[in-house]
Parts: sequence; C-alpha cells; structure tokens
Amino acid sequence: MLLEISDLVVAYGRIQALHGISLTVSEGEVVTLIGANGAGKSTTMRAISGLRPVSRGSIRFDGQDLTHVRADLRVVRGISQAPEGRGIFPGMTVMENLEMGTYARRDRGNFRADLDRVFGLFPRLQERRTQVAGTMSGGEQQMLTIGRALMARPRLLLLDEPSMGLAPKLIQQIFSIIREINTQGTTVLLVEQNAQQALSVADRAYILETGSIVKEGTGRELLGDPAIKEAYLGVA
Amino acid sequence: MQFLLDNFWDLSVTGLTQGAIYALIALGYTLVYGVLRLINFAHSEVFVTGTFASIFVLHAFGLGSDDPVPSAGMVVLYIAAAAVGAMVASAATALVVERVAYRPLRRRNAPPLVFLISAIGASFAISEAFGVLVDRNNVRVPNLIEPQTQFHLFGASVNNRQLLIVAAAIVMMLCLDQFIRRTRLGRGIRAVSQDPDSAALMGVNKDRVIALTFILGGLMAGGAAVLYDLQFGVTRFNAGFVLGIKAFTAAVLGGIGNLRGALLGGLLLGLMENYGSAIIGSEWRDVVAFVFLIVVLMFRPTGILGESLGKARA
Ligand SMILES: Nc1ncnc2c1ncn2[C@@H]1O[C@H](COP(=O)(O)OP(=O)(O)OP(=O)(O)O)[C@@H](O)[C@H]1O
Ligand SMILES: [Mg+2]
Repeated sequence: MLLEISDLVVAYGRIQALHGISLTVSEGEVVTLIGANGAGKSTTMRAISGLRPVSRGSIRFDGQDLTHVRADLRVVRGISQAPEGRGIFPGMTVMENLEMGTYARRDRGNFRADLDRVFGLFPRLQERRTQVAGTMSGGEQQMLTIGRALMARPRLLLLDEPSMGLAPKLIQQIFSIIREINTQGTTVLLVEQNAQQALSVADRAYILETGSIVKEGTGRELLGDPAIKEAYLGVA
Repeated sequence: MQFLLDNFWDLSVTGLTQGAIYALIALGYTLVYGVLRLINFAHSEVFVTGTFASIFVLHAFGLGSDDPVPSAGMVVLYIAAAAVGAMVASAATALVVERVAYRPLRRRNAPPLVFLISAIGASFAISEAFGVLVDRNNVRVPNLIEPQTQFHLFGASVNNRQLLIVAAAIVMMLCLDQFIRRTRLGRGIRAVSQDPDSAALMGVNKDRVIALTFILGGLMAGGAAVLYDLQFGVTRFNAGFVLGIKAFTAAVLGGIGNLRGALLGGLLLGLMENYGSAIIGSEWRDVVAFVFLIVVLMFRPTGILGESLGKARA
C-alpha cells in the first residue's frame, strides 16, 4: 500500500470537515475522490500534504507514519500536489515555477529530462517559458501547476480538480495526460467534480459526502451505479 | 526657494547618502513583510544593535572617541572589522527576535494584533537594554574618516565619506538581489512571499525561510549601522526610533514587500527631506518626510512600485 489513511479527522476550528475517513492508494493506481462542493475533498488533499493538521487518525506513506511530519518533508518522501485553484507563483516565470518543482530534490541531474517530459505533455508551457506566470490564462496556469508538481518526480501525485475552469476540449486533454502520467509510472490521487471523466480514468474511486466516505468501488462499478449516476453524473 | 536652487546638487548628494542608509534598513522591513505579512517593528533595534556593535569592535581595537584618524590602511581594516561585527550582531538580534517574539505566536496562530504588540514590546525591550546597560546619552564613535572632497558633480562637492556610504550600500543591495534571484534559498524566499502554501508543497521549509529573511534583513541593517556611525559619529539607545520609522516609511513609499521599492523609497525619502528642509527650514525635516509619504499614498495607496510582491520582485 503506497498511501494508507485511516480514521482521519480534520477540523477548522470547531467545525469538523472530515469525520474519520479511511482510504488507500496502491502503487501504480489512479484513485479518484469524488464529492459535492464542501464535501471535504481539498481538506483531504491538504491533510495528506501536511498543510492542515490532523486531529485524529493517521496517514501512512510507503509504510511510514506521516501524520505529524512537516509538509516540506513529505515532498522529499515523494508526495507532490497540484493544488486547487492553481497556486502558481505569480511573480515567477514559467521556467522558475518549474524549477521550484525540483526544490526538494537531492538529485538535480535529471532536470533536463524532467523538463522535456513536462514540455512533452504541455507544449504550451515550452512556448511560454519566459512568460511571468501570473499573466498566463487560467488554463495555462492549470497546466503549469500540474507540470510543476511533476517536476518533483513524485511517487504519489495529488491532483485537486485539475480540470476546473477549463474548456471541454482541454478537459479531455487533461484526462488523457493524467492517464499518460500514470502509464509513465506515477501513482495518482485525483479529486474531481467531473465525475464521468474521473471515473473513466480511475482504477478505483471513493465518494465523499459531507466529510464521510459513503461509497467506494472500481471506476467502472461506480460509473454504472444508479445512485451515483443520479447524484454525480447528472443522469436521472 | 533660492537656497534650494543654488544648492540643488549639494542637497541631492546629501539626500542620496542619507537615502542609501534608509534603503538598507527599509529592505529588512520589506523582506519580513514579504514572507510574514508582518511589520517587524523591532527592526529599528536590530539596526541600533549594529550601531553599538561596531563601536564595541572599534573600542576593542583600542580606538577612543578622541583619538585622531588612523592611517588609511588601518582605517580600511577597522571599518571592515566594525562592519563584520555590526552585521553579525544585527543578524543575530533579528534571529533572536524572530525566535522569541514571533515564532511562538505563529505556532499558536495568534491574530495579527498580537504580533504587533509583541513587535513593539521587543523594540522597547532591546532599546531600553542599551539605555540601561550602555548609556542613556549619546555614545560617540571613534573618528575614522575625515571628510575630504573627492570631486565635483554638477558643482556639488562629493566627499570620501559620501562615496563610501553610497558605494557600500549599492554593493550590499546588489549582493542581496543576486542572492534572492540566483540561489535556491533565495527562490525559497520568493516562493514563500508569493504563495506560502504552494511553497510548502514544493518542499520549502517555511520556518527556515523566515529565519533566513530575518538574517538577511539583519545583515543589511548591520551594514547600514556602520555607515550611520561613520556619517553621524554618534549613536544612542533610541536612535532607531525615528530612523526606523523613516525606513519603514521608505519601504511603504516604494511599495512594501518589494525590494526595489525599498531602494527607490529610501532614496526618494532622503532627497525629499533634504529639498524640503532647504525650502522651509531643517527643523521641518521629519514633517516633510511624512507629508511626502501621505501625499504619495493618496495617489498610489500601494506605494510607488505597487505592493505586487512577487511581480516586481521577479
Ligand atoms: N479555511 C477554512 N476555514 C473554515 N472552514 C473551512 C476552511 N476550508 C474549508 N472549510 C470547510 O470545510 C469543508 C470542506 O471544504 P473543502 O475545501 O475540503 O471542500 P471540497 O470538497 O474541496 O469542495 P470544492 O469542491 O468546493 O472544492 C467545507 O464545509 C468548508 O466550508
Ligand atoms: Mg476543493
């Protein structure tokens, strides 16, 4: 098991956002976490990355307890996140943003190869290498966030709503890129509103409702589940 | 007015010299603001520590306040030693302030007002410590430079002390600029100022970056302290009060959080003060400085170069 979350409780002040959720991600999988607005998806991601303290439960990564490990050290262990709402460094150029992705890496020898890989996935970033990131379009910034997370060569890539605010054609592209990233050997935990697409690309999925996991299964199972269809796929 | 016109270039040279010192101190305010969104009001005492440290170093070399200026070779040595002493002392003070006054509050997620009180408390504590332990009166600096006109610029005479101050300030700012642009840790500072959460997601250790910005601000303030000692020949336990507010003003004037803004704000403030006091009398110097600030902020509330932390910093 690469990632193992058990009985995780996370609170914002007195408001509990997660009421003891458990989920696992195995090496090589694409796992997706689906839920309505405010269900606690981003909170889960932030807890995994260490941006949000945990009040109960545990997070284990590659057999080691991470629950109280500092956020920056989790990156060194191999967890990288492309956060919701982009979170690029607006005053840095595209290149500098991508370099920030390698900040925690000890081996800087493969920088070129990683850069080529990211540019291969997102040719637009290569064209815009020297542009100040804050001046790029929303979609371009989204690509940059994902590319930057990949520059860390993570073992586990956390993607929080990578398709948010993108044109339909670009959404297609993002999902095929996620598949490609996974084929290249990176395990992915994907948070999405776009349930149809996410379930199609995922090996397994969890449904989160107001801070609790209410259902889990393979992507295919959940795609065919009538209750899921009604609630998340917009099919009556 | 006639006085201003007749002496415009002389006033400019003095203004720039003074402004260079403001700018160096302003950098400390702006760096810390960048990563913490906090005005470190104890920064003025980080500076004062430097002014005393350099005097202690000179005393340790056996120099007294009434001794004649030593030979040129020795002066270089003394100034270098005083600079090292002041920079180390100021950086250490800055680091202690961050550890004692701010970090514990950060751990407990204290509201901004509490940080402000802690900052003012640290400022008074350090200042009073110098007042009690060293002297409550002016403390004189041993003579190291006899001002001598080196050359004339548009009719203004430029002396060796002014040259040294401006050159040293420029060198320090260039070093800082290069450090922040070129090094990995420098990039960490920029990342934390632009988006602290994303910086953590890149593996940046925020506490280390914060400590580093305090150290860098301290080094700049220590450098400014030596230059101040050379320029004015005296310091005092509360010398940081007005100077700190002026440097803070310079940082706000240029656009707080923006390194180039600190430079620009410092120089402008130095110039305006000198022009203003030439027109309406030198006793109005401080009034001119703050009126200038208020007028600029009326038209550009985020300072001349805007708050744009990352942007102009990139
Ligand atoms: N900083 C915060 N302070 C207080 N409450 C918060 C904070 N962040 C999130 N919450 C609350 O926690 C709950 C879960 O939020 P979270 O951001 O994890 O939802 P989400 O599933 O990612 O939603 P979305 O799909 O809109 O991104 C929500 O009720 C939200 O209001
Ligand atoms: Mg979210």
